[in-house]
Amino acid sequence: MKLVIKGGRIISPGDGIDLVGDIQIENGVIKRLSDSQTDTEGADVLKLGESIDESTLNKEFIVIDATGLIVAPGFVDIHVHFREPGYEDAETIETGMMAAAAGGFTSVVTMPNTNPAIDNQSQALFVLSEAKKHGYVHVFPAGAITLGRKGKALASIGEMAEAGIVAITDDGDCVMDGMVMRRALEYSSSFGVKVISHSEDKTLAAGGAMNEGIVSTTLGLPPIPPQAETIMVFRDIALCELTGVPVHIAHVSTAKSLDLVRQAKAAGLNVTAEVAPHHLTLTDEAVAEYDTNTKVNPPLRTQADIDALIEGLIDGTLDAIATDHAPHTSTDKSRDYISAPFGIVGLESAVPVCLDRLHHKKGLPIEILIEKLTVGPARAIGMQKGTLREGEIADITILDLQKEVTIDPSNFHSKGKNCPFAGWSLTGAPVVTITAGKIKMMDGKLVC
Amino acid sequence: MKRKDILGIAGLSPVEISVILDLAESTKGINERTVKKVPTLRGRTVINLFFETSTRTRLSFEIAQKRLSADTVNFSVSTSSISKGETLVDTAKNLAAMGPSVVVIRHGVAGFPHQLAQLMQASVINAGDGFHEHPTQALLDLMTMREKKKEIEGLKVAILGDIARSRVARSNILCLKKMGAFVKVMGPRSMLPFDIQKMGVDVTSSVQEAIEGADVVMALRIQAERDMAPRFPSLREYNRYFGLKTKHLKYLKPDCIIMHPGPINRGVEIDPEVADGPLSVILEQVKNGVAIRMAVLLLLLGGRSIYEIGD
Repeated sequence: MKLVIKGGRIISPGDGIDLVGDIQIENGVIKRLSDSQTDTEGADVLKLGESIDESTLNKEFIVIDATGLIVAPGFVDIHVHFREPGYEDAETIETGMMAAAAGGFTSVVTMPNTNPAIDNQSQALFVLSEAKKHGYVHVFPAGAITLGRKGKALASIGEMAEAGIVAITDDGDCVMDGMVMRRALEYSSSFGVKVISHSEDKTLAAGGAMNEGIVSTTLGLPPIPPQAETIMVFRDIALCELTGVPVHIAHVSTAKSLDLVRQAKAAGLNVTAEVAPHHLTLTDEAVAEYDTNTKVNPPLRTQADIDALIEGLIDGTLDAIATDHAPHTSTDKSRDYISAPFGIVGLESAVPVCLDRLHHKKGLPIEILIEKLTVGPARAIGMQKGTLREGEIADITILDLQKEVTIDPSNFHSKGKNCPFAGWSLTGAPVVTITAGKIKMMDGKLVC
Repeated sequence: MKRKDILGIAGLSPVEISVILDLAESTKGINERTVKKVPTLRGRTVINLFFETSTRTRLSFEIAQKRLSADTVNFSVSTSSISKGETLVDTAKNLAAMGPSVVVIRHGVAGFPHQLAQLMQASVINAGDGFHEHPTQALLDLMTMREKKKEIEGLKVAILGDIARSRVARSNILCLKKMGAFVKVMGPRSMLPFDIQKMGVDVTSSVQEAIEGADVVMALRIQAERDMAPRFPSLREYNRYFGLKTKHLKYLKPDCIIMHPGPINRGVEIDPEVADGPLSVILEQVKNGVAIRMAVLLLLLGGRSIYEIGD
């Protein structure tokens, strides 16, 4: 089977590619990427914006007319919660994968805070085998750092690595014991899995529901100080320095944490960091109506933090935009602000939110935005993804920077509808997702 | 007054606050008669939904409702299904199905009345939500201040105690600032919330500094700590350094009034000699509480003018 993506602006920051041209895919692999025209005689042409006959997708030779569109490596989200096993009413591996493909992603890293936690080889194999049943995107599981994510004994890191995990993290909880974190870094380095730090001093954050500031003071909600994050970011950078083992900082949300990462990088330490779309676009002011869809950990911060984080994307302090896609049932979110769980879904809003709010409104160059959604996250975790090279598996995301969309959670493929962007009208959206050479999403609709 | 709910002082305009205070002055007259009842809210159902224990506020609301001839139903925490895990949405739907005109809510979590109000047609009155607001308390406090001091504008008010976890403090700060008063808050640093000065108040940790020159001194209830990380070592030590004590009386203006939202912890935040002394208007506050709650109910249920209350 042949697929040609014709006439788009191909941007692949990881390969230094920015050209108008064609990508030719055969049997799931990139055959040719060139600024010269590909012979497409006899092919069926798919035009975006027109209704697609599903049978066309099965033809031997298809052309996607990408004139005026951006063609990028398939987007990589290194921070998603698919909830299975244990919380299948909130999300399953299948619905999470559908949400990823619908949102323009082709690879995801799943967090291990399921029930039971992914802390041994058979659990890791379960995630991989479930993912294999549904081909929407590539799923790379992360395992837990500690058994049961309890922060005490190390999980079966070596055996999980053998099964195929790419990282370890107790995400959702911080490994509070510094010695355990040190040993996890040292031990895991033998197995080539990345350690992801959920940086949160739980004693300082205890009982909190939102960012500490004038808004929490006014609203009377128990606060989480930004220092609960920065203290642990600093500790884990210090442990990186001590052990020489790379550390990835998940969901950086404060200007101060960002400064710490910037200093660590300047000092030559192997520290990487990600930021979530909601931390780049929403402040604690969004909590004012007590909408539990604004309750997230780390909490929404301030405009000064947003400005710093955007700067961090530009200067390279932040390697990745990662959604921290955290679905919850409407029942769980229909509680008071303190009882409701932390978490925001992100897979099906992230790309439009970033294109509109960061690229169009804040002038973040499209090449940088694409880097933070492709090669940036892939390199941070050490995954061979996020590039466009001849001979590689063809994972491709096509963007229409001018497409107008309105975020409507009721149309999400994710079971989670807990989205603070509901009702936002945005310009720019993913229009095609191609995973391993197969079209998985077109014009926002899943097609397989 | 055209509004569905009274959720906080934050949403009220100075004009609305004045209207409520004016009407409460009239309703207070009803409370001084032998027959303390008017038929204005006959046939209206009011549900008092208290997820936190309360004596004063709940009784005050109930008396206000009964004096206006409303049918009153009380519903309390331990027996309600929320404690069994019912969601807020279901609670709202069930309450709405019973057709109340007003639901009075107290809840331990900030914003709960706001969330519920969005889900039901009935008027919602916030009777205290977490550390957030307690609007009728602030209104009755301002009513008392206005009675004693004539004007709120320009008054110097000191609020003493656990500001961080006090809805009374927040509602009073908002209400007093809207009406042009000066507010100073006092407490140990561990009881002052982040950036509280941005609410337009002066901040101190000295009782003497707080009360000198004040027209009104308001002490808040201090409770023994069960938290993992207590904000102060003991009630004894709190009293010693942050309590309003007899020795402070000499720093007070002779016409200063002493207030407290109750219930009083004698010998903790306030010494008995101060609470029971000639400057204290604590019981006047309680009396005005009924009048304010009557006024709020009347205004929500149809914006009746004072002439319709009956004489």
